[in-house]
Amino acid sequence: MKVRSSQFIQAAEIAIHDNDLQEAVSFGTNSGFTKRETAMHVDGYEHGEAMRHQAAAIKRHCLKHLPELLEQAEASMSANGVQVLWAIDADEANRHVLDIARRHGVESVVKSKSMVTEEIGLNHALEDAGVDVLETDLGEYILQLGDETPSHIVVPIVHKTKASIRDVLIHEAQMPPTDSTEEMANYARETLRRSFLSADMGVSGGNFIIAETGSLCLVSNEGNARMVTSLPRVHVAIVGIEKVIGTVEDYATLTQVLPRSATGQTMTVYTHMINGPRQTGETDGPEQVYVILVDNGRSGIYGSGYTEALACIRCGACLNGCPVYQVTGGHAYGWVYPGPIGAVITPLLTGLENASPLPHASTLCGMCKQVCPVDIDIPRMLLDLRHDLIAQGHTDTVWDLGMKAWAFGNSAPGRFVFGGQAAAGVTRRLHIDALPGPLSGWTEYRAMPEFAPKSFHQLWQERQDE
Amino acid sequence: MIERPSPKEKRVSLFVTCMVDMLSPQTGMSVVDVLEYLGVEVEFPAGQTCCGQPAFNSGYRRETRQVARHFLKVFHDAEVIVAPSGSCTAMIRHEYPRLFADDPDTQAEAERLASITWEFTEFIVDGLGITDLNAALPEPRTVAVHHACHGLRLLGLGQGTEQLLTHMGNANIVDWDSGELCCGFGGLFSVKMADVSGAILQKKLRDIGDSGADWIVTGDISCLTHMNGGLVKQGQQPSVRHVADVLAEGIRGQQ
Repeated sequence: MKVRSSQFIQAAEIAIHDNDLQEAVSFGTNSGFTKRETAMHVDGYEHGEAMRHQAAAIKRHCLKHLPELLEQAEASMSANGVQVLWAIDADEANRHVLDIARRHGVESVVKSKSMVTEEIGLNHALEDAGVDVLETDLGEYILQLGDETPSHIVVPIVHKTKASIRDVLIHEAQMPPTDSTEEMANYARETLRRSFLSADMGVSGGNFIIAETGSLCLVSNEGNARMVTSLPRVHVAIVGIEKVIGTVEDYATLTQVLPRSATGQTMTVYTHMINGPRQTGETDGPEQVYVILVDNGRSGIYGSGYTEALACIRCGACLNGCPVYQVTGGHAYGWVYPGPIGAVITPLLTGLENASPLPHASTLCGMCKQVCPVDIDIPRMLLDLRHDLIAQGHTDTVWDLGMKAWAFGNSAPGRFVFGGQAAAGVTRRLHIDALPGPLSGWTEYRAMPEFAPKSFHQLWQERQDE
Repeated sequence: MIERPSPKEKRVSLFVTCMVDMLSPQTGMSVVDVLEYLGVEVEFPAGQTCCGQPAFNSGYRRETRQVARHFLKVFHDAEVIVAPSGSCTAMIRHEYPRLFADDPDTQAEAERLASITWEFTEFIVDGLGITDLNAALPEPRTVAVHHACHGLRLLGLGQGTEQLLTHMGNANIVDWDSGELCCGFGGLFSVKMADVSGAILQKKLRDIGDSGADWIVTGDISCLTHMNGGLVKQGQQPSVRHVADVLAEGIRGQQ
């Protein structure tokens, strides 16, 4: 997927003035945030926090042992009859899928929701090769009809109102006009059902892979993931290498925090543990199961100061809690992963120079860390990325000079007091109510702060003199 | 977590913060008044400037270290440092030690100062163990608390401000759902991404209107300046007040 993250500020401004988007994103994020709070603490606040810290420790432990776990996972899956492939980047991942499609005479593909396939641009690769692809997650299906991309990790159409969803279904899928949510869902369901039955190949992502058993774990609510992974002859799961965990014990904890954080459910409607293709004597399931383990930049993060970003289980809680995401929505972030975690991993996966506004797209309020089911210190990484931007020269001369002058003024008492008095004098004498240049944004939304007639330094001195 | 020695019976060095110094010096005097009312000896190291957070949050680590070194020098003899800001306190407590990771001597000093630095309400409630100032506001007021993000999430300040206000006569605390939501300030974020910051602020101002409180009480002049600036821009009264000013107003009636 093309990276448009350098346009964050401009895209955010458009989003802020889009009333439909504001209404939809505000409703969606509020609802997600509130449901998470309830579900996470259903057995008390302490229990929720304990679960979160346990999950955080598990994910960090698994990351620490990731190289060994990947090898173990490959061995376990192979023993289960799963064909394991490795992809260093998007091109190789897509080539693997196309090779599999060709080998098995695949003409049509049904997909369940997967962010990594957005990352590698799989749908386009398949379409270019003449293979039909259908997204079967309801939200993703609507996006595909409208030729849009997801704006949220878990709720891909969080930016759309009910009316705009209805219009897409009427115009792009010939749905008879209706305002009933139930009728819309039923229409989509019937349309999708036909494709499940006729597709040659199902493509899914993977929430976790358990190394000791070789199980591919998926959570879903609509039931489409079960059909995608069991009805077609061939199932291909495309999974980021960081999704591998050690044990079923690990999974037991992670599968509790993921749905609570993502959708505010203590458990999703469907929880899948897929252990391989159809065995002799079994009446259903795919004949072939492939798992493609995708790197696509992850190993470059591994071992750096940003390793903990790989602990992310893609629940979307940090998006729902983020004051910035709440007003910009996801598309402004310009790539696959929006919100706080997107502001960290987009620069890391696509290059800092391609996403330089994103580390700054945060008030550093810390809500993302507070709600993260694996306690990723996103604010710390945003700060470090800001430092990387300066260190690598992705900076602005005006700010560079301003900061040098500021540091000069603030590292000696006389200069500080003089600077404060000068600034106060200038603003009072000129009756400034709008700031110039890079500071003008302040006065667009807030009154000009007034400098006090006397600084605290002066007040204190007067008090001492009394 | 850094072990923090008890600050009881010790002289307090006030770190007034650059924003209070220039924009709201009376808040600094309120801090002094409240601490002295509680029998604490307060001194003000005169050479002090800024904690360095504007540069740190913008990624300018070298400039941050320059200013932080100055802070370490100015407060070298301090026994206890108190600052009327959760954000500046968090900068000193969490970031200073990290900032000097490759300079062990400076890091040791940074860690020592980090361990003796307290946010104003935290110092009173957790440090001195006082929640009742035995004071009352001159007139009845409904108040709601805005928990500034860094105090809330980086320092883990709990309900200290609420506890102090609960015991304050004539102060009626109202429940406010939005008390823990960011106001959108974010330091230079408010000018670098002014539209986004402004949009977050508009939501916060609506929440302030819905709170039904006479005053929004908070612990950081930065958020306060941001929210009051937004209210004034909309032609409304600036109703956000620093907790030190509210407490000082209460004790002045007792003196």
